[in-house]
Amino acid sequence: MIIFGERINGMYTDIGDALKAKDPKPLQYWATKQEEGGSHYLDLNSGPAIPKEERAEAYKWMVNVVQEVSELPLVLDSTNYDAIEAGLKLCKRPAIINSVDATPEKMERVFKMAADYNAGVVGLTMDKKGIPLDHDLRVAFAMELVAAADEHGLPMEDLYIDPLILPVNVAQEHALQVLESLRLIKQLADPAPRTVIGLTNVSQKSPTNITNLLNRTFLAMAVSAGLDAAIMNANDEELVDVAATTEILLNKNIYADSYLKVFRAR
Amino acid sequence: MSVTIVKERNASKVGEVVLGATSDQGGTRTSTVTIGGDSALPFLHFEGKFPNRPAIAMEVNDIVPAWNETIKKQYGDVFSNPGAWAKQCVDDFGADLIYLKLLGADPDGENRSPEDCARVVKEVLAAVGVPLIVVGCGDTAKDSEVIAAVCEAAAGENLLIGVAEQDTYKSYAAAAMVHKHTLIAQSPLDINICKQLNILINEMGLPLNKIVVDPLIAGLGFGIEYAYSIMERARMGALGNDKMLAMPMFCSVGYEANRSKEANTPEADNPQWGEHDDRAVLWEALTASGLLQVGASIVMMRNPGAVAVVRKNIDELMSN
Repeated sequence: MIIFGERINGMYTDIGDALKAKDPKPLQYWATKQEEGGSHYLDLNSGPAIPKEERAEAYKWMVNVVQEVSELPLVLDSTNYDAIEAGLKLCKRPAIINSVDATPEKMERVFKMAADYNAGVVGLTMDKKGIPLDHDLRVAFAMELVAAADEHGLPMEDLYIDPLILPVNVAQEHALQVLESLRLIKQLADPAPRTVIGLTNVSQKSPTNITNLLNRTFLAMAVSAGLDAAIMNANDEELVDVAATTEILLNKNIYADSYLKVFRAR
Repeated sequence: MSVTIVKERNASKVGEVVLGATSDQGGTRTSTVTIGGDSALPFLHFEGKFPNRPAIAMEVNDIVPAWNETIKKQYGDVFSNPGAWAKQCVDDFGADLIYLKLLGADPDGENRSPEDCARVVKEVLAAVGVPLIVVGCGDTAKDSEVIAAVCEAAAGENLLIGVAEQDTYKSYAAAAMVHKHTLIAQSPLDINICKQLNILINEMGLPLNKIVVDPLIAGLGFGIEYAYSIMERARMGALGNDKMLAMPMFCSVGYEANRSKEANTPEADNPQWGEHDDRAVLWEALTASGLLQVGASIVMMRNPGAVAVVRKNIDELMSN
């Protein structure tokens, strides 16, 4: 299970303010804290805090200040590919581009960029028209992403297909479709592409007393269905425990009494 | 029609462990032995690299051993002199390592003092230039004293000491850390305890590259397939990036193979089993070669005839 720490995102007030004020401290605090929690990658997303024309500068700045305190590889999370490319140039370790959908011109740009910078790619199972409900359509988009990645020579272990989970309180019918998609995506190619979800989405706008429960429960279900990675709260200790425990129960890792500790040490 | 060879891509490899220390490194060995480093299942040279040969350790005791004649007659008059015994193993039989078992410490036997045991270790160190494996007599309480004394007396030699088990590992790990030795971590044919013990020892501060795993084995005909499956699982884990199972493996072949009646029964007692000398060699050699096929990095052996057979087998397996 690969954990992308989600917290360095301009949607959060402290990060949004830090981006505007160019104050590295909140970013560096969360970089370190998420690494301690068990993150394998740090997702960087400026969110709407920064105007479009300043995004490239913002991503360069984010990459630099985070790399000052953390050795973790980065996930550059934006729909603005110029900003991502500006950030990729500064990444010290192979990064991941988050994300591209199955629109041909976007795939062309992103997979070429991935090849140029030795980066991975998160591919979303949607196109211009939006997110389909049906798992069949999600998997069809996944197939297009797999084909495009293959065409550009991107190894399947660097392609993360995201079948897009939506909040359960407004789109309850999606979770089941996402689980079925995860199962099928794993059969698309041999070796199979990796899979990822933006886990916290499932609990968005639900009352705070149940968000953790929703995240933890869905993570266990998704890992059972074939999930390899999640953009998630790396500092919810019990959520990380659920990830470790699910892998043990699925016989993906060999059990030892201290498996929770070992999971974090990787 | 051309056939495409299907290749497995492994995420990781077996850790490398160095045994012994030369004078530059704080010891007195004339050479060191490096084991592990395999990046594929054993001897699949087309899938990965095998930078280090499996090593053969020959057994030496500090008392005259109760071995059968077919083994004993291949040695000279060395059994009352561990230094000379070790030297013959290295000079005449080509042992890569000496495995010194301090049976004389046994409270029910000669009950030698820890200091006496340490003296024997020093004698053997003086007699040969290869690295040493040193283990106690099997009595838990006595062994912790013996190993502490041995570790101190041979500080800096980077002995491979053992055996640390789930209930006793603390004193072994501490002695190994303080006096710069490497540790055998032994688990009772149990992959989960094997992993847990490595975690516990590592948590005490001993680096992973100072641990060699003894998964416990059985000899040919006495459950070797069970040992094989445990070792196979550990090796798959190591190649799949499970760092807590990625240590090289030690197998006490000489001891286990020679516990069987097949290795010990003279021809006269059971003519159907055939000639005893060859049978004893084969019983030990086949136990060793079976375990080499599942990733043994050190095979501990007794019978010089079997050592010759296994060395030839290793030569063949390593040439790709």
